[in-house]
Amino acid sequence: MIDSIKDLADWLSEPTRYSIGTALLLLLVVRFRKWASHPVVFAITCVLIVAFFLVSWDDPNFNRIVTKPDNIPIIMMIGSLLFFTWLFLRRAVLNDERIKRGEPTLEGQYAKQKVHVWPDLVYIELICMVLFTVFLIAWSIEIEAPIEEPASQARTPNPSKAPWYFLGLQELLVYFDPWIAGVLLPSFIIVGLCAIPYLDKNPKGNGYYTYEERPFAINFFLVGFLLLWCSLIIMGTFLRGPNWSFFGPFEYWDPHKLEPMVNVNLSEYFWIYLLDQPRPENIWLREAPGLASLFAYFVILPPILGKTLFRKIATEMGPERYNVMMHLFLWFVLVPIKMVMRWTLNLKYIVGIPEYFFNV
Amino acid sequence: MEKLFAYIRASQIWRSIFRHGYPDTPRNRTLAVLSNFFLHLHPVKVRRSGINLSYTWCMGGLTFFLFLVETITGLLVMFYYRPTAELAYQDIFALREHVPLGVMREMHRWAAHLMVITVWLHMYRVFLTGSYKPPREFNWNIGVILLVITLLLSFTGYLLPWDQLAVWAITVGTNMARATPFIGHEGPGAALVSFGGLDFIHAGDDIRFALLAGRFVGEGALLRFYVLHCVGFPLFAAVLMAVHFWRVRKDGGISGPL
Ligand code: HEM
Repeated sequence: MIDSIKDLADWLSEPTRYSIGTALLLLLVVRFRKWASHPVVFAITCVLIVAFFLVSWDDPNFNRIVTKPDNIPIIMMIGSLLFFTWLFLRRAVLNDERIKRGEPTLEGQYAKQKVHVWPDLVYIELICMVLFTVFLIAWSIEIEAPIEEPASQARTPNPSKAPWYFLGLQELLVYFDPWIAGVLLPSFIIVGLCAIPYLDKNPKGNGYYTYEERPFAINFFLVGFLLLWCSLIIMGTFLRGPNWSFFGPFEYWDPHKLEPMVNVNLSEYFWIYLLDQPRPENIWLREAPGLASLFAYFVILPPILGKTLFRKIATEMGPERYNVMMHLFLWFVLVPIKMVMRWTLNLKYIVGIPEYFFNV
Repeated sequence: MEKLFAYIRASQIWRSIFRHGYPDTPRNRTLAVLSNFFLHLHPVKVRRSGINLSYTWCMGGLTFFLFLVETITGLLVMFYYRPTAELAYQDIFALREHVPLGVMREMHRWAAHLMVITVWLHMYRVFLTGSYKPPREFNWNIGVILLVITLLLSFTGYLLPWDQLAVWAITVGTNMARATPFIGHEGPGAALVSFGGLDFIHAGDDIRFALLAGRFVGEGALLRFYVLHCVGFPLFAAVLMAVHFWRVRKDGGISGPL
């Protein structure tokens, strides 16, 4: 019984199923948020998760990875993400109902009242500080900070992992070359975050939790933050072992596990499979199909969308804002697109010009 | 006992420090905040909705608290640490073995991990409450820079123990810089940066070399990361935090519905 649950967990956490599964889960939770954020449902979920942990605890492979000192904060992160996402949904659902009934929001009830900073705020701060200090001291006494073998350029550990907060980006290296996963995407994340206040012109939902008054913004952030950032970190930490191969939570990290790599470039699909001829010598001709699709995606698609699907947004935003938003948004969407193409078509590069290190 | 307290409170020393009576009246509560350098980060009165824990999640405050913890424990660890390739590892090791009550390295490390998490959660909360909307657009931007600095602080600190974990994590991280377009020697467009057939960008002078002061993570990188970690980034972060807090007040306090 327990073994079949473990096998099921290993099977489910394979990267494709894991990614699609978490995406589906988020979709369901948001769609049925009223139901999902009910305190009873949340309490049951928590109990189930804790039970899963307790049952899994004795498994040597699970235990080894979960109790690594540097992984403990990530477990805490999972817990706090669950809790705060629930808290958000709960308050958003309650507020949306209140707004519909014409009542003030949970925040609005108290917005007009003012309280003295001393004692109301200062005491909260003091209590938080004391509790956290105690917590940190207890944690530090209980668990030693790790120190491994002295540094050596000659011995490369396997796996070599970046610090945990960058593991989402390292996971993207499976799908993209370093110049995209390690340089372009992080830059776009920073620029994109900075641009948010200037792109989101919806005046509603400022200063209280709501879902229905700004569904696009909320969905966008939930997908970006929870799925593409945090969940990939969790995967990179717990489910990637030697050679960055996938390992289920109950699987032994065997350094000899090799996954077959049979990835194919778009140019090979086009010339060899479709036209049944060798790929042309000329680089630009060879990559023409990929370059054309990128051109269509980044240059032709935005105006078409602006006239059709995103018409309302485009007219509200005006051309500059719309174009900046679309460019960032298309990069954002390219990440899951490329992932899906890898899983379904084994696609390696859309454009592959290794001669100039230009692979997309 | 009460007489003693009363005596102390009436003394010239006490009254030279605290220029108000016991904060149990509105007047004295106001003075308690206004006349205290540290408390006057706060306004005198706040909206009741703004101090609600289930609204702010306390995450900005916790991030700041963790930054203070990092400053104090970091200072203590610095007493025992010399940033050279021969000594760094030994010093960290000795810290564990020989220093009585030596939990400050632990505290420094765990609080650093936590700080990354609390910054993210703070950003998550600010987004979900729409608090980046006017008039707080610019403060959100300062926040984004603070987020980047927090990650950089953590990243530069990761190298300092100089063990296998540290060196290889930084190697994996900084290998990305090789692929920077135009200025990394394996980046697209690097080959275009050449004059008269001479390539300008190669492994010995590209952006990664500048970060690491070498072709691999060695002594030069250790010193660079140490200086940035202990002086550069903390100073920058402290200044930006001051601006961040000031702007929270100038933008009308914690956001709330109007
Ligand atoms: C070192 C990092 C940071 C520290 C110490 C910090 C601290 C704080 C504190 C203490 C507040 C008061 C309200 C609260 O606790 O929620 C605040 C508010 C705010 N923070 Fe941060 N913050 C940091 C990073 C960020 C980041 C990463 C962002 C966004 C990307 C951000 C955006 C904001 C905004 C817009 C407000 C005003 C929110 C409101 O009025 O409701 N901050 N910050």
